[in-house]
Amino acid sequence: MFDGRDPIYLQIADRIRTEILNGSLREEEQVMSTTQYATTYRINPATAAKAFAELVDEGVLYKRRGVGMFVSPEAREQLLAGRRERFFADVLAPLVAEARVLGIPLAEIVDRLRQLDEEAATTAGPAVGRTTTPELVPDRATPQDAVLEDAPLEDGGVR
Amino acid sequence: MSFGVEIRDLTVRYGRTAALEGASLTLAPGAIHGLLGRNGSGKTTLLSVLAAFRRPSAGQVLVDGEDPWENPRVMAGTCLVRESGDVEVDTAMRDTLEYLEGARPHFDRDLAERLMDTFELDPRRKPTKLSRGKRSAFGAVVGLATRAELTLFDEVYLGMDAPSRYAFYDALLEDYVEHPRTIVLSSHLIEEIERLLEHVVILDRGGVLLAEDADVLGSRGARVTGPGPAVDAFVAGRRVLRREHLGPTVQATVDDTLDETARAEASAAGLEVGPVDLQSLVVHLTAKEPVR
Repeated sequence: MFDGRDPIYLQIADRIRTEILNGSLREEEQVMSTTQYATTYRINPATAAKAFAELVDEGVLYKRRGVGMFVSPEAREQLLAGRRERFFADVLAPLVAEARVLGIPLAEIVDRLRQLDEEAATTAGPAVGRTTTPELVPDRATPQDAVLEDAPLEDGGVR
Repeated sequence: MSFGVEIRDLTVRYGRTAALEGASLTLAPGAIHGLLGRNGSGKTTLLSVLAAFRRPSAGQVLVDGEDPWENPRVMAGTCLVRESGDVEVDTAMRDTLEYLEGARPHFDRDLAERLMDTFELDPRRKPTKLSRGKRSAFGAVVGLATRAELTLFDEVYLGMDAPSRYAFYDALLEDYVEHPRTIVLSSHLIEEIERLLEHVVILDRGGVLLAEDADVLGSRGARVTGPGPAVDAFVAGRRVLRREHLGPTVQATVDDTLDETARAEASAAGLEVGPVDLQSLVVHLTAKEPVR
């Protein structure tokens, strides 16, 4: 459920951001309580509370006294804007660096991206509004991995 | 309804051997604290002193602001469960629960019954007839259902199988969120309990090696991996806990919280920086010789 990379509270906060971005948590919807988080994921409730506090600070969640935490009306737009801004630095820059190390020409990457986008479009509808879903923009996984995984197996399936 | 703990320069000697020497520590009320450290580091002695089972040779102990020794108010609010249950072994468990219901102000009989069921304990039986794991489980039932303001579990998991241990962790969290209180868990199973903890205390050779919030501790330490000379240049001047090499690649574990600048520097030098899990940190910090 969680990995060792980041503090758990950051991972919880990220998970909630992701749920808002992919639409599984809607605006004005109530999020799980600290208590539910703690018992569901077997973590200290203070850890969950810390994640919520961070999201409240960012304006992603807001508190209704005595009721619980809710998703802010502007949360999704705000998160989308933030992720779009980070996309080039977090995803494209390392991709270009890795491609240079591997000697993959930029033109080949562009072709492959177009191809992938077409495939994605036929299976999941228009690209607009999808590009920022977390599945397509992993926070840390190197983008090349995604390209390689989706690439046809030219050697007949042996890797 | 939670007791905080304050110890100052605590020393406990058994004959000539000091189990604790000059230990100082603060445990905030209402949090779950982890008490970690190697065998013989002083964990059980510390817990025994907090529960007033043992008197310090020197130093000060305050539980909820008072010396717990022969202090009825503080002792009534403190519950220590030592390994393998720490319960009356020759009495039917039902009778022990009956007794505790009368003796302990916050004892919750319903919770006790539910937990007996969870751990598949037959209340008519005596702990002496049970396996070690089942005896430990009964200790866990007693410790949780007593709902003491200061609840101390000393390696309560001993002999419990994995499903029972996780049932214990779940029960502990569920009851803690409903009834917050000060809980201290001593354990060697660091990976299993670390996420339950808000605060971590590591004892080493009778002293407090560190006491820190779990989140802070989570970002302490770094594993730096890359070409040997670059790694060595980067870790120079930092406290290296462990250095391994595989051919030309070196991985150094440093006891240092790397800030943004240091991370950028590492990245520019072509080094990979990864976190150090709590288990490894404890192993490295408390090993007699650097672990190779």
